[in-house]
Amino acid sequence: MKKFLTCLLVLAMVLSLAACGGNDSSSSGDTSGTDDSQTAGDTSGTDDSQTAGDTSGSGDSNDDGNTDGTYTTVTEGKLVMSTNASFPPYEMVDESGNIIGIDAEIAAALAEKLGLELEIIDIDFDSALLAVQEGRSDMVLAGLSYREDRDEVMDFSTSYATGVQVVIVPDGSDIEDNDGLDGKMIGVQRGTTGHIYASDTPENGGYGEEHVLAYDNGALAVQAMINGQIDAVIIDNGPAQEYVKANPGIHILEGNWVLEDYCLAVNEGNSALLEVLNSALEELIENGTVQEIIDKYITAEQ
Amino acid sequence: MDFWTRLYEGLPEIAARNVWQDAYGKFYLAWFQDDRWLTYFQGLGTTLQVTVIALCIGVVLGVLVAVIRTAHDQRRPGTWNPVLGIVDFICKIYVTIIRGTPMMVQLMIMGFVIFKSSRNFTMVGALALGINSGAYVSEIIRGGLMSLDPGQSEAGRSLGLTYFDTMRFIVIPQAFKAILPSLGNEFIVLLKDTSLISVIAGKEIIYFARAIITRTYEPMFPYLITAAMYLIMVLVFSWLQGKLERRLRESDRR
Repeated sequence: MKKFLTCLLVLAMVLSLAACGGNDSSSSGDTSGTDDSQTAGDTSGTDDSQTAGDTSGSGDSNDDGNTDGTYTTVTEGKLVMSTNASFPPYEMVDESGNIIGIDAEIAAALAEKLGLELEIIDIDFDSALLAVQEGRSDMVLAGLSYREDRDEVMDFSTSYATGVQVVIVPDGSDIEDNDGLDGKMIGVQRGTTGHIYASDTPENGGYGEEHVLAYDNGALAVQAMINGQIDAVIIDNGPAQEYVKANPGIHILEGNWVLEDYCLAVNEGNSALLEVLNSALEELIENGTVQEIIDKYITAEQ
Repeated sequence: MDFWTRLYEGLPEIAARNVWQDAYGKFYLAWFQDDRWLTYFQGLGTTLQVTVIALCIGVVLGVLVAVIRTAHDQRRPGTWNPVLGIVDFICKIYVTIIRGTPMMVQLMIMGFVIFKSSRNFTMVGALALGINSGAYVSEIIRGGLMSLDPGQSEAGRSLGLTYFDTMRFIVIPQAFKAILPSLGNEFIVLLKDTSLISVIAGKEIIYFARAIITRTYEPMFPYLITAAMYLIMVLVFSWLQGKLERRLRESDRR
């Protein structure tokens, strides 16, 4: 009995340590890179733009030569972006292993504008969202659709593109529209809006958790569908077009979900960085660079 | 509305919470909200199912391979049985391939290459884990059988017992006691490896934990809950193993 109590105590201590650890890492996410300006990092945690503005004055004295000087990045002099590079044409890996695509090029243009070096972390989509919340990356650009519940944990920028969820089915499938999906096995990419919609309960317009299989990326889900393991894949229109182009024998049904805005997102409360990124992004949209990049990857016939 | 929901709704705004209120708020989202705890137990069911099936496959394969390889290695010098030689060679290839490739790669091959049109992901996962476990179990059992003095089985044979009777009454009871700790260890590894079947869309605990994270955007508690569930399962298993070991020691005169 005594031994058991000791074990329990040790477990409790470990768990409470873990709790502290989690808390620490989220706050260090806010302050990381700010070894020289502790105050600026602290206030960026609060949502109050007034205080952020106040401290920016004190931060000016020791800024590291960035255009604005008030924001901080995870690694000094670098703009770290987290993404999932199997989401063509927004992000994908080319033959030589570089990450290319609309998001990658927009990020490169943003980094150039800010005078920072771009670094891309390629991980699973759900982890890419968590990376920005935990301060491992500065921003996430991953064909990320705006959602209100996401807005509670991240700060979103201006939208730079729009997307819609569609259904991919094999040729000869008996599924003709979204109503035909009831009772079928649906593959999705984990953490995408398609996953969230599809796994919702039928009363909320979904198909129920037991009819949905979440894969690490969209390409795996499409592969599973071609193999016949699942009946349909729900994913954003952009990558869906690319998957259909790459794999004969499958086609797209239009989804009936709302049009989504693709945005970049930074950690909740990191308004200084968001402001800088937002103004740079708006500039790029205004002078047509963003449209140019999108046109380069999405050709007119689509 | 139960006690936990009232407690959650009594929490202040997110910005004004202290450490414990914040932790409870996140825990509520990861466990109570929308009856999410049910999905963890749904995953637990799959985990146990996969473990049991894989365990059976692993033990059967392991014993088979171990007996063949021991019989081959312990044959009298100068004798050569061609059938035994070939079967032993096949067993060696099996053990080499399984031990030489990562568990996750084996699962991917099983899920996306060999059984690429199967929809029963749980069974595919269990089969892959069972085949993997069989290789390790066979080496453990072989170690147990080989560690026994050959005089033991020679004595049995000279008393007129058949090969199988010698095995059953003399060799295996002694070997089993010696390998029990490492066998238990292997079963624990197997239990924890079931978490890998989420890569082929097997719906076990970690699959549901990650599905919850995609809704709450808060990874700490779903992962801690998953870890705690595995820990409890392993604790129960080690306790049972300890009981069995004590029971087997009763006949030791020491």
